[in-house]
Amino acid sequence: MADVNRGNRPLSPHLTIYRPQMTSGSSIMVRITAIASLVLAVLFVWWLVAAATSETAFAGIDGFVRSWFGDLIMLGGTWALWYHMLGRLRHVMWDFGYGLDVDFSEKLGLLMFIVATGLTVVTIVAV
Amino acid sequence: MVEFALPKNSRITTGKTWPKPEGATNVRKFQIYRWNPDDGKNPSLDTYFLDMDKCGPMILDALIKIKNEIDPTLTFRRSCREGICGSCAMNIDGINTLACIYGLDEVEGDVKIYPLPHMSVVKDLIPDLTHFYAQHASIMPWLETKTNRPAKEWKQSIEDRKKLDGLYECVMCASCSTSCPSYWWNSDRYLGPAALLHAYRWIIDSRDEATGERLDELEDPFKLYRCHTIMNCAKTCPKGLNPAKAIANIKQMMVERSV
Repeated sequence: MADVNRGNRPLSPHLTIYRPQMTSGSSIMVRITAIASLVLAVLFVWWLVAAATSETAFAGIDGFVRSWFGDLIMLGGTWALWYHMLGRLRHVMWDFGYGLDVDFSEKLGLLMFIVATGLTVVTIVAV
Repeated sequence: MVEFALPKNSRITTGKTWPKPEGATNVRKFQIYRWNPDDGKNPSLDTYFLDMDKCGPMILDALIKIKNEIDPTLTFRRSCREGICGSCAMNIDGINTLACIYGLDEVEGDVKIYPLPHMSVVKDLIPDLTHFYAQHASIMPWLETKTNRPAKEWKQSIEDRKKLDGLYECVMCASCSTSCPSYWWNSDRYLGPAALLHAYRWIIDSRDEATGERLDELEDPFKLYRCHTIMNCAKTCPKGLNPAKAIANIKQMMVERSV
């Protein structure tokens, strides 16, 4: 890397001054929902392992999952899974070279929020 | 690496508030990033007031007015004042663009001006573009040929020439690369939207005979594949180009040649 920091030069501000964009917001959400899904997976594995271990171990984690707080996590997790899936499908579409115009991408970003929310409602009703 | 907070020497302090113009009725407030390499202080945000009845229509007009009439130490690059030299790229009202072709009427409320984001600052609104230019040079921005030189010129059909539209117009202002979060965190190894758009411009040039070598050079987890299609580049480009699309096209060519 070229030496660009002669004389204790400051780094110009970035994240704090850049105006949030529809496309960047929807992109970082794909990554955040990925991490959220991973946490959800850990919880699910814990639940299964507990079921295979003992009755008391299972009762503890099962009680937590079925509590109002557990419901909240499951609700958020469901939305995260749907959103992440849509985000990945969007990447497949992009990799084939479609939908890369700015206007379309911005509409798609908004659409993903709406569709993910819709699918979450459908999931709640169905389960 | 991802570092959200600015280093200690880069944190912005409140700067000087310059006096309001006397007798003006249509006053506008400007907040501008200042850093002087000679005084050993942290960067600051200075406040200026301008009489808009006596100011030109563009952001650059306002900057020149401040420099001429209020504070001659305010430092920024500018040259052509018509969006072709790319010198006056800076962060205006939260997005990167050229001060000369961005209208004052496009900004709502106070006007905030910073240098291009996540760059080493030389002074005030001037970032150091050495590394950015080196990355551009690394993609071989010239026609590479192997066959013998033709008697007159390298010919190209009208259709093939059309493939360069939307690419050749780039003025290398660095607005796109410095708007890209991937470039913020990984500019040491990721080439960034500007350099990659130029890389694609030569890859699809029908006269160029080094397409394979060019793709080989880019086949790298960082140089090319740190692009996550965040699209800040395409959204901010003052020339209306779409580097994200160019990068996606390169990725597609990578797949096509391996299957």
